[in-house]
Amino acid sequence: MRRFGAFHIAVLAAGFAFLYVPILLVVIYSFNASRLVTVWAGFSTKWYAALLANTQLLDAARVSLMVAAVSATIATVLGTLVAIVLVRFGRFRGRLVFSSLVYAPLVMPEVITGLSLLLLYVAVAFDRGFWTVTLAHVTFTLSFVAIVVQSRLISFDRSLEEAAQDLGCPPAETFFRITLPIILPALIAGWLLAFTLSLDDLVIASFTSGPGATTLPIQIYSAVRLGVSPEINAASTILIGLVTLAVIAFSLSTKRSEVERQRAERGAAT
Amino acid sequence: MATQRNTRLGRLALIGVPALWLTLFVAVPFAIVVRISLSESVIAMPPYEPVFDLSAGFAAFAEALGRLDFDKFVFLTTDPLYLESYLSSIRIAGLSTAIILAVGYPIAYAMARAPKGTQPLLVMLVVLPFWTSFLIRVYAWMGILARDGFLNQALGGLGLISEPLDILSTDTAVMIGIVYSYLPFMVLPLYASLEKMDLSLLEAAADLGCPPWQAFWRITVPLSLPGVVAGCLLVFIPAVGEFVIPDLLGGSDTLMIGKTLWSEFFSNRDWPVASAVAVVLLVALLVPIGIYQHMQARQLEADR
Amino acid sequence: MADVIRQQQLGGVRREFAPWTDPAAAPLIRFDAVTKRFGDVAAVDGVSLDIYEREFFALLGPSGCGKTTLMRLLAGFETPDAGRVLLGGEDISAVPPHLRPVNMMFQSYALFPHMSVAANIAFGPKMDGWPRARVDARVGQMLKLVQLDGLGARKPHQLSGGQRQRVALARSLAKSPKVLLLDEPMAALDKKLREETQFELMHIQYELGMTFVIVTHDQEEAMTVADRIGVMDKGRLVQVGTPAEIYEQPNSRYVADFIGDVTLFKGTLEGRDGDVALVRERTSGVLLRALAGMADAAPGATVWIAVRPEKARISPDPLPPDTPNVLSGEVFDIAYLGDLSIYKVRRPDGTFMKASQPNATRLVERPIGWDDKVWLSFAPEAGVLLTR
Repeated sequence: MRRFGAFHIAVLAAGFAFLYVPILLVVIYSFNASRLVTVWAGFSTKWYAALLANTQLLDAARVSLMVAAVSATIATVLGTLVAIVLVRFGRFRGRLVFSSLVYAPLVMPEVITGLSLLLLYVAVAFDRGFWTVTLAHVTFTLSFVAIVVQSRLISFDRSLEEAAQDLGCPPAETFFRITLPIILPALIAGWLLAFTLSLDDLVIASFTSGPGATTLPIQIYSAVRLGVSPEINAASTILIGLVTLAVIAFSLSTKRSEVERQRAERGAAT
Repeated sequence: MATQRNTRLGRLALIGVPALWLTLFVAVPFAIVVRISLSESVIAMPPYEPVFDLSAGFAAFAEALGRLDFDKFVFLTTDPLYLESYLSSIRIAGLSTAIILAVGYPIAYAMARAPKGTQPLLVMLVVLPFWTSFLIRVYAWMGILARDGFLNQALGGLGLISEPLDILSTDTAVMIGIVYSYLPFMVLPLYASLEKMDLSLLEAAADLGCPPWQAFWRITVPLSLPGVVAGCLLVFIPAVGEFVIPDLLGGSDTLMIGKTLWSEFFSNRDWPVASAVAVVLLVALLVPIGIYQHMQARQLEADR
Repeated sequence: MADVIRQQQLGGVRREFAPWTDPAAAPLIRFDAVTKRFGDVAAVDGVSLDIYEREFFALLGPSGCGKTTLMRLLAGFETPDAGRVLLGGEDISAVPPHLRPVNMMFQSYALFPHMSVAANIAFGPKMDGWPRARVDARVGQMLKLVQLDGLGARKPHQLSGGQRQRVALARSLAKSPKVLLLDEPMAALDKKLREETQFELMHIQYELGMTFVIVTHDQEEAMTVADRIGVMDKGRLVQVGTPAEIYEQPNSRYVADFIGDVTLFKGTLEGRDGDVALVRERTSGVLLRALAGMADAAPGATVWIAVRPEKARISPDPLPPDTPNVLSGEVFDIAYLGDLSIYKVRRPDGTFMKASQPNATRLVERPIGWDDKVWLSFAPEAGVLLTR
């Protein structure tokens, strides 16, 4: 009813400026020739060159990507199972405990998750390294995957599965032929979410990683504690660029299938 | 009937795998935290003395129960550091939440009233910073708030201040950091509840003689309350336990419980005290977490 | 009326088809005292029903009456809590849906969004392990049957609502099931398309010689397509019969009221005059006459007489004194429908009666207007005596 007026536009402009100016400053000053991070001294890409020589940072990036890829994959499988159990299994004994355990990592402060997992590893004498971080990341990201897949499963039209079974498809096969292909975009979204969360995590990784498994956030954090540096600006810019590209590519690809899906569902309903 | 037994076995397996994982990596670790919080600290590796030795069997367990050590919790109440960091955490998180609500509501409102075609783009613009590294976003404010940072340069350049402001390493900087980092968590649920509101409700209110600003307070705000509560909890809960923001933007006198836990653990190497801090932190968050979970469950039921 | 249309559709050949009247005929489908509960509610409550081969059977009732549950029991998506479901004499109660030779067309169509039209239709035959060439041939045949040749490569979302409905039909027919179940198949279509599709469905059913069971809440649709109708209420089967039986001889107020328009007179049975029952109306004290039929009630019992509006006569002038069942009142409302007008008449005792009259002449001389005093009557043969 009320028009989208100048006031609304001003609010949005201010809001988005607040969200984006800090990031843009990091990006712009990564091309600063001066080591003084707040004084512009001309355009330069020398900090990117310096990055390439920083083997510590590159090693950490490699570790982080590995951890993120492996943990996101396991978390997607487990999170999907959790979502199926929560949406499809109705009431069962222990459901409340089960769902509380699923949601706990979502709301538990990271310091507690990290601390508790570390204490578990120490208690069972599990040497800290790549796998301890990866398992920790699976645990805290699988809840996010479960939420994403769960919301898709709730809107899933069960009659599609019934139709498949009606036409002679056994239940287990129905899942792989009908359900899985249709909810696949949600699984991909869940995987990407888990991947980014893992890539981004400092606190839990700090508790659970050991020698030889220093992740990128740990590396950046130890550099950042010493103050702002153009090299970190450059590393951040690369990360921001990669994530932005991935998000845009993903949303463009899912937007199409999502639009198609909604059109199909709306068409069926009307 | 054989197929029925198969489906029951299948069900059991489907529940069992994630249930086992969650038990092993969520429930057991937390039980260990509770246990260690009741242990004696020693200077060793691991730096605590277990209270329960599971290999000693049930009798030993029962005996150990008799001499559980609540010293750590007593200690938390005697050293003012802990109480102060609790209160300070709640104050900083609460104030930040209020600011985020004040900043986020107009943004969410404007988004919900934007042309339908551009709304997905606006949502993506709000979400995008969330996908870029949290650490980098906090780091960005170090450069802005520093004594020779962009903010002081800009304000000085405009002639608004003669002396640079000392914002970095204060509680104000911590709150700015929290507002910035958690803004999307507030805007998205608010937008979701404002967006699904039927605009003909406002037309009906106007038709019945209600002026626009009153319609906003009487119709729009009450209908967006679920979004307000969800957003506030979504911001408040993690903000209380925040570590990175107070560590990077706060000063040495900034007290937040997450930071205290971290330094207790990594610097003082006192695992029992760190565990006790964790237990109390979680107990303090139980009420908001409970409310949030209740709301989530209701929401999911409603979507069904 | 439904019967007349059917004859035209099927090329003027009058179909003599009534296996339910033959005690020797074995039913294809038998529900044997089937009960299905959801929590405390019995969605299907002790239903026994026989459906015969090549029959077009309609389950009719308002939403929540259990008709969909009854169909889902047949498809295998629900298992009965008590009783048995038999197909061709075999108990299939424990057979899972994917092993039943029964296919279903879903109300939402349930077309697989990630598959093409052809792949949707091919799904069932493929699941049965047909060789590829046979599957392809069958898909072509089905597309032709539902007049969608050339659209096999499209995705469901690229089709119109009517086209999607045809794909759903083709998919459920592709395996030549013994029984085709149709769950509100035309609910999503607009009125005109719905009518066309109804005739097409009858044609396909006749051509393929298959057994169709349709679930619908639309009485007109049920009367148009079905050989027999089962009317359901609160989980129970209230009446089973041909459309004409259901309309002309409803066995209860519920059926009379649900199918078509009706005026009900509540009264006390006073006695009989040959075939005619004498009923004293409660509100007015008027003695009404109606054919007793098979209704068995003792004098003094509470009964109802149901009269269809088209079977009532309405006149602006007093009727001859020997006319049976004369009532009077003032015109309260007139609904002009073009081909006919329906008059709602308010009687002195405050009750209403409906009568309809074809508009045989043009509007210029319409003798009955609002608030006019009118006389109504109906023949004893036009009234149906109901005991419940």
